[in-house]
Amino acid sequence: MFVLIVGAGRVGSSVARSMLSEGHEVSCLDEDPESHARLEIGLDQPWEDMGGHFTVGTALELDALTAAGIERADVFVASTDGDNTNIVISQLAKRRFNVPKVIARILDPYRAKWYAEQGLDTICPTRVAIDMLEQEIREAADRGAADRPQVGAVDHEDADV
Amino acid sequence: MGDRQYIIIVGAGKVGWNLARELIEKGSEVTVIESNRERYLTVEQELEHNIQYGDASELWVLERAGISRADMVIAVTGDDEDNILICQVAKEKYLVDRTIARVNNPRNRQHFDLLGIKPVVSATDLILRLIEHEVPEYGLVHLLDLPEQRLEIIEMELPADSRAAGTRVGDLAMPEGSLLISVLRDDSGFVPNAETVLQAGDEILAVLDPRVEEDLTAYFGPDGNSNSG
Repeated sequence: MFVLIVGAGRVGSSVARSMLSEGHEVSCLDEDPESHARLEIGLDQPWEDMGGHFTVGTALELDALTAAGIERADVFVASTDGDNTNIVISQLAKRRFNVPKVIARILDPYRAKWYAEQGLDTICPTRVAIDMLEQEIREAADRGAADRPQVGAVDHEDADV
Repeated sequence: MGDRQYIIIVGAGKVGWNLARELIEKGSEVTVIESNRERYLTVEQELEHNIQYGDASELWVLERAGISRADMVIAVTGDDEDNILICQVAKEKYLVDRTIARVNNPRNRQHFDLLGIKPVVSATDLILRLIEHEVPEYGLVHLLDLPEQRLEIIEMELPADSRAAGTRVGDLAMPEGSLLISVLRDDSGFVPNAETVLQAGDEILAVLDPRVEEDLTAYFGPDGNSNSG
């Protein structure tokens, strides 16, 4: 599959490397030329030598999207650091370029929820963090406050571990 | 008080601030939302309770500003993505009747169109339009464009060697889908009838389907090296 990732930050570059190593064709678009270096973290060859593509350009520019190969993309990932940018370019990918699978990273849970309801595939890392934190706290609560060692008291239970 | 228009303006730049001032003066209820703290504090000295601090692409900020009772949302930030998102959410989530968006980069205009964000205002386009009016290419000026309705009204000056000069309006063979609606001659305008004879130097107004614009330009344009007798 041809995967186009817009925004090669920590998330985008990491996904790009994984997908390339799993045998997919991967193209990254980022407005910062320096982000190319992030793609090569941990690689022993240059990104291009491994078959990866990298284009410098602004996500909203159709020329840049075209140069990065949006017209033949099977999957489009919007992972820039701007929620609104991701929301807008995902809709472009869907409605203008008919990319079959479009995924938008949206940090704001409320925007993510509403756009998900409108039919956009969204990933909300903030939501994931909230859910995980809440789950951890619930589990701790279920184990009961009785587990809490008294301050200054010898903690026999911990000593057993 | 109840029938006062409630308008939310996003972005307290020069455009947003002046717009707010004018609208308040005209009696509208206005809330400006500005995400830059310093700018907010500056503008707040004048607009006071009519400005709120926050990022209007966060839904709760729009809700706090009372978007559900807004009659109009005007997005004039310097960021096209923000303007698109704010208008899209205002229209589709909060069912605001009217939105106006500012296009900063004219090349982004097509994105606004694709996502149904309209009307849009682009200072660059407006200036380009003025330049076109002052220095018309092929003597043709767009006075009104209704792309969705496939209609436009244009103004065109008949060149000295126009092939239509000297022709009765009743004998004109204008392209299908175009209609002559008025003639400006010697600083006055009139609606022509079939007997009107066009002259070189006339400015004509025509309503037409944009797809026949080239045919129309050619029809009224210079005779050139035409072989017609």
